[in-house]
Formats: sequence, C-alpha cells, structure tokens
Amino acid sequence: MTKGNFTRRGVLRTGAAAGTGLAAPTIFTGAVWADAHTGFTNAPQGDTVTLGFNVPQSGPYADEGADELRAFELAVEHLNGEGDGGMLSTFSEQNLDGTGIMGKRVEFVTGDTQTKSDAARASARSMIERDGAIMVSGGSSSGVAVAVQALCQEAGIIFMAGLTHANDTTGKDKRANGFRHFFNSYMSGAALAPILAAQYGNDRKAYHLTADYNWGYTTEQAVRESTEALGWETVNTVLTPLTQTDFSSYITPVLQSDADILVLNHYGGNMVNSLTNAVQFGLRDRQVNGKQFEIVVPLYSELMARGAGQNIAGILGSQNWDWKLENQLGDRYSGTNAFVQSFGTKYGFPPSQAAHTCYVQTLLYADAVQRAGSFNPCAVVEALEGFEFDGLGNGPTLYRAEDHQCFKDVVVVRGKENPENEFDLVEIVEVTPVDQVTYAPDHPQFAGGSLGECNPGA
Amino acid sequence: MTDQVTNASGAPIPAAQTRRDARDRVLGLGKKDFGLFLLVIALTMLAPFILNPFPEGSALSQFNAGYPDLMQRFVIFGIFAIGFNILFGLTGYLSFGHAAFLGVGSYAGIWAMKLLTLNVIPSIVTSIVVAGLFAAIVGFISLRRSGIYFSILTLAFAMMSFALAYSVLTPITGGETGMQLQYFDPRILDGPLEPGTTPRANLFGLEMAASYQLEVGAWLFTFNAGYYIAAIVMLIAFYLAIRIFRSPFGMMLRAIKSNQQRMNYTGLNSKPYTLAAFIISGMYAGLAGGLLVAMDTQVGAERMFWTASGEVVLMTILGGAGTLIGPVLGAGFIKYFENIVSKINESTLEAWFAFLPGGLSDAAVAVVYPFVGKGWHLTLGLLFMAVVIFLPGGLVQGGSKLATVFRRDRNAGPVEGAAAEKRQAAED
Repeated sequence: MTKGNFTRRGVLRTGAAAGTGLAAPTIFTGAVWADAHTGFTNAPQGDTVTLGFNVPQSGPYADEGADELRAFELAVEHLNGEGDGGMLSTFSEQNLDGTGIMGKRVEFVTGDTQTKSDAARASARSMIERDGAIMVSGGSSSGVAVAVQALCQEAGIIFMAGLTHANDTTGKDKRANGFRHFFNSYMSGAALAPILAAQYGNDRKAYHLTADYNWGYTTEQAVRESTEALGWETVNTVLTPLTQTDFSSYITPVLQSDADILVLNHYGGNMVNSLTNAVQFGLRDRQVNGKQFEIVVPLYSELMARGAGQNIAGILGSQNWDWKLENQLGDRYSGTNAFVQSFGTKYGFPPSQAAHTCYVQTLLYADAVQRAGSFNPCAVVEALEGFEFDGLGNGPTLYRAEDHQCFKDVVVVRGKENPENEFDLVEIVEVTPVDQVTYAPDHPQFAGGSLGECNPGA
Repeated sequence: MTDQVTNASGAPIPAAQTRRDARDRVLGLGKKDFGLFLLVIALTMLAPFILNPFPEGSALSQFNAGYPDLMQRFVIFGIFAIGFNILFGLTGYLSFGHAAFLGVGSYAGIWAMKLLTLNVIPSIVTSIVVAGLFAAIVGFISLRRSGIYFSILTLAFAMMSFALAYSVLTPITGGETGMQLQYFDPRILDGPLEPGTTPRANLFGLEMAASYQLEVGAWLFTFNAGYYIAAIVMLIAFYLAIRIFRSPFGMMLRAIKSNQQRMNYTGLNSKPYTLAAFIISGMYAGLAGGLLVAMDTQVGAERMFWTASGEVVLMTILGGAGTLIGPVLGAGFIKYFENIVSKINESTLEAWFAFLPGGLSDAAVAVVYPFVGKGWHLTLGLLFMAVVIFLPGGLVQGGSKLATVFRRDRNAGPVEGAAAEKRQAAED
C-alpha cells in the first residue's frame, strides 16, 4: 500500500505523458496543409486562389479533355475580367464582376487523368497537396468522376464534376463535397422515351447492345425502363466487352431477331465502331414487321459524331447542351450564344457539351463562393444546395440539395443527313422539359448511397 | 563433417574463417550491402527534404516532388519493382502480368477495410496473403512454360483479371467506378462510424493522411505519417530482397537464369524454385497493392491493365534488372515523370520563358511544349530508348560508370565485387 507511486513527481510525469499522448493526434491532424486559423483545407492565402483542372490529356477521351481545358481557360479569363466576359453577363446571378473570386485573382493548375481512376486521383492529390488547389473540376468518364469526388470528400475540398453521365456519380457514389451539372443516364432515358415513341410508335421491339461496365448498365436500365413504360418490348440485351473494336459478331444476331430498334449503349470509340458496323450491315435500310429499322444512341457527343462520320445520319440521341440551342429555340436558353461567341473568337470553332459543362461548373463554383462570402467548402455546399439559376445555356436549372444533381431540360438530337461542316453534325429534334426528367431522390436507379456530411478538411 | 561449412569448390572452410565472416556482417548483410542499405534508409527517411529542393512559389517549385502522394507512390512502386526484380532479375522469367497481383492485393485490402477494421495492418496482411495465393495458382499454370510463352500466359491472366474486375465481377470490385469505403460498411472489429463521416485508414489511431509541416525560410517540408509507414515497410521489403539475393536460394535462382537445362540435367528440379520466386514476387506486388489502398482508400480496375504490368517491366529495366537498388530508382524515375512532368502546361512554360523577347519566347514554348504536359510519354520513351541503347545495365550501370571515372580501381558490378571480396578474404 505504501508502495503506491503517487508521488508528486510521479503524478506530474504520468500527467505529462498522457497529455502528450492526447495532444499527439491533434498535432498530426490539426495542422494539415492549411493554417489552423482558417479551419479548412487549402484556404487561399495572399491575393490569388488556385483551381485544379483535371482532364484526360491522353487515352481514349483526350479530345474531350482538350476541349474541357479550353473551356476552363476561358472561364478563368472571364473570372479575371479578361476577354468579353462570356456568360457572366447572361448569368441570373450578377455577383461576379471580373475581379476574380472574392477579389482574389484566379490561377489554375492542370493534370492528366489518363481516364484511369488511379492516375486521376494521383493528379488530383498533387493539386491538393502540392499546389494548394481549393477546388478540382473536369474529367470525362464516370469512373474517374466517382474516384476523384471521393478523394475531394476525404481531403475536404469541392469537386465540380465534368462530363460524367452514369447515375452513380449522384446516386450510390454521391458525396457532399461533389456536384454534377451534366445530366445522367436516367435523364437520357426519360427524355428519349417520349420522343422515340412519338417518332417510331408505341409497339416497337428493342434490342440493346451495352458496353460491359457501370455506365453501360445504368444507361441500358434507364432506357429500357423508360421505353417499356411507353409500351416497347425489349427483345434482348447483350453485353459487349469494352475493348471490342469489331461488333459484327454482335450485329448478326440482331438481324436474326425480330427486333426493329437497336439501342447502342456505347460511348466513345465503342459507339463509333458499333454504329459503323450496324450501318455497314444494312440495318438502316432494313424493314421488320412492316416497320423501318431504327438505331438509337442514348448519349451523343459531338466528338463521337465526328468519328462516326456519315453513319450518324438520322440517328437519335440525347445531349446535355448544344451550341445551336439559343439560335433555334430562343431566349429560354440564353447564355448559349454568349459562350459560343467567346469560345469561337478564342479558338475558332464552336464548343462541345463537355466544354460547356466545365465552363458552367467553374462559374457556378465562383458564384457560390462569392455568395457564401467564403472559400470554406461547407459554405460553398450550402450556397449550391437548392440553388436555382438561369442564363447559363440550359434554361432555368436547379442544383438539387438531396443529391447535388442539376435538373434542367434535356436536348434530343438527330444526326444530320447532309452536314455542312464538321462542327454542325447534329440537328435539335426537341427539348424534353425538366419536369419530365425529374425523379425522386430515392429512385431505385440511384439507391444505395448517402451524401454524408460536408467535409472542410483540416 | 556433415555440418561443416564448405566453400564453392567443396573444400571445408577453416572454422576461424567462418567466424570472421560472421563478424564482418551486420544484420546478416555484407559490408557493401549494409552500406547500400544505409544509403536507402537515409534516402527514404530524408525524402521530404531531398525531394523539395526548391523554395515555395519559385518558378522551379514545379519540380518539387516532396508532397505525400508522390512520396508514397515512390516507395510503394519501389516495393512493386523490388518484388518484380526477384522474379525477373534473378530467374530471368519475364512476367508480363504482374499488375494482376497488385490489383488482387488492392481489392483484398479494401475488402478487409470494409469488413474487418480501418487499421491498415490486417488489411495489408490480407493483401499479401491473397496475392500470394493467387500467384501460386497463376504461377503453377504459367511456369509450365518458359520464355515468351510464360510471358504471354501471365499477360493473359492479367488481362483476364482486369476484364473480370471491370465488368463480370462488378458486385465485388465495383467495376468501372471502383471500390471505396463507406461509413456504413460492416467493419466487425471497429464500432460503427457516425453517419456521414468519412472512413479513414489508420494505424492504431494514427491517420495515414496526417502530416506535420515544417517551414524553413521559403521552404516547406511535409512529413506525412502514411509516407513514413510505407517507407518503413519498403525498407523491410528491401532488406528481405537483399537477403534473398545473397542466399543459397538466390544463387539457385541465378543458376536457373544462366542455364536451366543444365540444372535439370544435373538432376535438380528447378520448378519449386521458380514457383517460390514467383509467389514471393506476387506477395511483394500484393504488399504494394495493400499499401496503395492503405494510403488512398480506393481501387480501380485499371490498376490491373496490361500497361500497368508493362510499367513495372520498364521500371526494372530502366533502373537495372538484377541489381538491388535499380528497380527502386526506375520506379522513382517513372513516377516522377508521370506526376511532375505531365503537369507542366503551356502557361507554366510561358511563365518560364517570359524573360525572352516575344517571338523568341513563343518559339521556345513551341519547342519545349511537345515534350512536357501531355507529351510526358514521349520524353519518357526517348529516355528509355537512350538508357537501353547506351546503358543496357540501366541507371545503376550509369551510376557505376560515373563512379569508375572517379575510382579507377573498382569498375566491377556488385555481384562480381562481392565475389572478389570473398576470394580476397579466402586468400588472406
């Protein structure tokens, strides 16, 4: 009993040791990257703020990446008050005055995602850890978007997704720090179905060829469910390997079935090749059940259309945005012309939808910071959640709070029979209004995820 | 007589001789190996300083590589290349599908974090074990052939694994969008996380992302917990590799490389040795995969794509196949290009050449631009060609060539050097 070591010295020593033990984790985690007093990762110091633009510069989507980068550079120019200001003048919010973001001049760093999630995360981490980026944007595939979005959530910065169309980005893999302006598979299906029914009738038999990965699955499911609801029958769905370049062995069974519609749930090089094969096999001249055979491509891209050339003539698909929107459908889509004008002046050709979404995302982020009065990611999340805006080319748009997905009209386009030049390959068939493509946040196609809490990082 | 040590010619070595040999060895390493090991320890421990030589905000800070992500990648891919070198450098069997083990290890690691605990140790152990088992299966089949047929078989296995992970096995691999941790994962050893929190890998509470920053004048040095953990694991892996290289087992593997047929004629079955080397090498890859997950908690199937398998071959050849330090250097070299040179964009170049008059600066940018940014593959390819043509022994040969310029008496490679030392010692 007397052997107890409760001496003054002993107690002090124990206390000091415990104190150090308790303090150690805070020493380690407290001072990550930023000055502690600002309380969030990469708080901008001095008179500049750094944004990270992470786009595919090599690999299958390098063309889209290059166009995204052009748009980002243009956006930064406009934010810094250079150039003609683009959409700043048509944007329904007039907080951005060309003096950067909250008076800080915008600077940017770029990286190559290589369309691989590992490479994309490595590149994004170097932007966050080395260059002090406060926001990361860009990307041209859902795998990369989901990977980088999760990274930004962990690091405590904002992710403004570029081109990503799979439901998962704002479905099962959604994150509080991530936002998507681009539309998704469900919206493509919902927008296309009524127009397909109107154009081709309600008693059609569809045959799906689907790229064998997440985006393919969600797109097939979305188109199938939407068209079946309108009376179509799905004859068969066949998965094709992503690396497939010759689809003839997949097209032959289509000829033997009694299907009269072929849906190609393909993107990029897959779509170019499968569509070319399908047209070569004479599917477009075919008559089945007394009806003209038709081909549908749920997600269109200008750059893919260029690759497929003549073969896209007459083929229906959906887009997030098209550069001819305002000219053809009027003021509802204001902002389009302003953007096309300044993009065209700088680069000499009209922007793609990938460029548009990246440009808009950058402006939306800048505006959110301006309105929130802080670069703190949690303040930005609050400013963007449930935010309604207009004048950015898509008509009235809502950033829904429940899943950080933008809701806006979806453009249905058709490949032109006789394109005049390589940038004017598609014609706008119709625009499906936003109400028809809106779904409940707990829709089964988006189930299984949770936004979690916004993370401001250190 | 049975337990007496014999030298290569079969004659018994005097007992005093063996004792002195043992005395000269530290940690079971010869003098030269121990020196190399110390050098590697110094390089890894001081990496935050060595890799950040330029002050923050200066034009050259673009070349700083001392941030946690890249430092972690340096050592993790170092481990990967060391393991690959045990197979390729020693036995000469060129596996063209090693990324499969890296990927399998990663998936095993993330599942351990999802199902068991966020602590990195069980996850890394799971990675090593699962990758080892997978390597045993692949090795058992592939090693029935040698040469190019072996390479093609391993490549086929890797591409098969990639295709499975990318599409067919989507429920357990996440397919294209990959696998990530969620706060609602079961994790039976940890308590449930607060809803909405981000799960973070840790080592008994020390988070991998935790860092301490040291500001010295204009310089900023980052000491990252995850990096040091990975670095210590790499040092252990490196140490084990030295022991394997210098062991009778390593000698047997070299014998397989020099003439397998002759070995078979002497009545030795070489298959168990090659299979063992293959499995060890697969476990190293699994360890690297597990560490990748521990440092950055996600896995994508592209990790197993054939280009990733090709990359480790490049790392090993670039650094010097069959040498100890070579693969680590090669890994660092390639990762540096991938992460640093690829991020130099046009506006960075414009800033660098701004001091030149207008037309001249544009010309300079136009000349340099194709080799940086998205052109980093081109630069790396050119360098690789230069190394293969002028330094067939890789960067290590370049280093020893440089060394001979200063020390004319020692121009032998490490293997011959060790042998010479032994002979010298025997003659004393």
